[in-house]
Amino acid sequence: MSAVKGILKGLGTTWRLLWERKHTVPYPDRRRVRSPRFRGRHELRRYANGMEMCVGCELCQVACPANAITVYAAENDPARPHSPGERYAFRYEIDLLRCIYCGLCEEACPTDALHLTQQFELAAFSRDALVYGRDLLVSPEASPFAIPDGVYPPFHGVTRRGEGEPAGVEGERERA
Amino acid sequence: MTALSPLLWVAGVAIKSLILVLLLLGGFAYLLLFERKILGYFQFRVGPNRVGPWGLLQPVADGVKALFKEDIVPAQADRTVYLAAPVISLFMALAAYAVIPVGPPLEVAGYTIPLSIADPGAGVLVVLAFSSLAVYGVALGGWASQSKYALLGGLRSSAQLISYEIAMALNILSVLVLAGSVRLADIVEAQRSLPYAIVQPLGFVLYLVCAAAESARAPFDLPEAETELVAGYHTEYSGLRMAMFFISEYIHLITQSSLITLFYLGGWLGPGFLHPVAWFVLKVAAVLFFFIWVRATLPRLRYDQLMALGWKVLLPLAVVNLVAYASWAALAG
Repeated sequence: MSAVKGILKGLGTTWRLLWERKHTVPYPDRRRVRSPRFRGRHELRRYANGMEMCVGCELCQVACPANAITVYAAENDPARPHSPGERYAFRYEIDLLRCIYCGLCEEACPTDALHLTQQFELAAFSRDALVYGRDLLVSPEASPFAIPDGVYPPFHGVTRRGEGEPAGVEGERERA
Repeated sequence: MTALSPLLWVAGVAIKSLILVLLLLGGFAYLLLFERKILGYFQFRVGPNRVGPWGLLQPVADGVKALFKEDIVPAQADRTVYLAAPVISLFMALAAYAVIPVGPPLEVAGYTIPLSIADPGAGVLVVLAFSSLAVYGVALGGWASQSKYALLGGLRSSAQLISYEIAMALNILSVLVLAGSVRLADIVEAQRSLPYAIVQPLGFVLYLVCAAAESARAPFDLPEAETELVAGYHTEYSGLRMAMFFISEYIHLITQSSLITLFYLGGWLGPGFLHPVAWFVLKVAAVLFFFIWVRATLPRLRYDQLMALGWKVLLPLAVVNLVAYASWAALAG
């Protein structure tokens, strides 16, 4: 008899739950706002004048516990610099398959160039496609940050605002 | 009532068979969607909703998917039996429905058209025979796969299906004693004053349990037993052949729900504002909903619990039920 009572009680419980609000988030149709500290895919930002913030110091590479980051720095051309520093990252790769999204690279970055975005839809059909290089990591848009005063040595080249991609970028892949 | 010419009769049976098969396969497809939706609702989810409005085209997508899956025949398998087993299963499931009347006979242009493919005097026995024969598909499929998991699964399933058949047959006997006929239509007509679910509450509950076990529904879905046996007797089956086992299982459930409706819920009888067939379909849907509800609620039984329940609880209770109504019928004359 107690078994029958148990079964009836169980049926009552499920019946009650049938009418409860559904918890499903219809994901691609409706996206929930993620936490501002959410760690998604990486991005290398630019200063407001279009200069790359990354100076190729390789600290992110050192900080990375998963060895996912590879940085090769190169000297800036003083006439047409990529970054306000002496060097810039002429090759910058993050293997998103190895990355554990811990954010230590972001912490390590002295110029705040590297940051993790809200973007998390990172599916691809091959492993190679998930090794992101400069072309995907360096943000095409300028951020609101101005180049800080007294940090970088003065440079005498041209700023890149409104100039599009600087010359020499095309040859970068080959040199790497 | 005019007698039909033989040719017309054959044509009628052929048309009705075609309609029945299409309806049952369509019914299976949408029962699956219905079940997934309802189960979703029971679990705070919304269930399938990507294909078509409210997920209504999901069965089509599922069918296409099953069709394009890789079809494997294990190298060691007994090819003939291996290929025949799902067909036997599906055929028996479809055949059992041939004698189930979904409504009172239709009168069209002076002809009387019964709403079942055949209306034999012993309709109940035909259904019982076909649902017993379905065991062959399961046992043969398990044996022919030449896999120990499938063999064990097949034996378990056969043992389960057989242990519930007896209690189920005894329950049907109690219904027959009350109705005084073995024709399914007569059993429905006998419930005009009171459905047998009210006359025989114990028999009704027992039959519900037996029907769940007979069609291998939760909490008696041991043939599947994915935690212990991967998938039981159809472990080695893939693609469309696996789908055939699956379909036959669900059509079995539809058959059992229809039988419950006929035996205990007054079949197509109901207040006049709906067509009798609509009443029948509604009642079957209600029974199906009940089975889904139970599936969402109860965990799977252990195998020994299942056997104990079948032989030590259901069978004696069914005997008591039968003896009580038989004596009552004998005394009342």
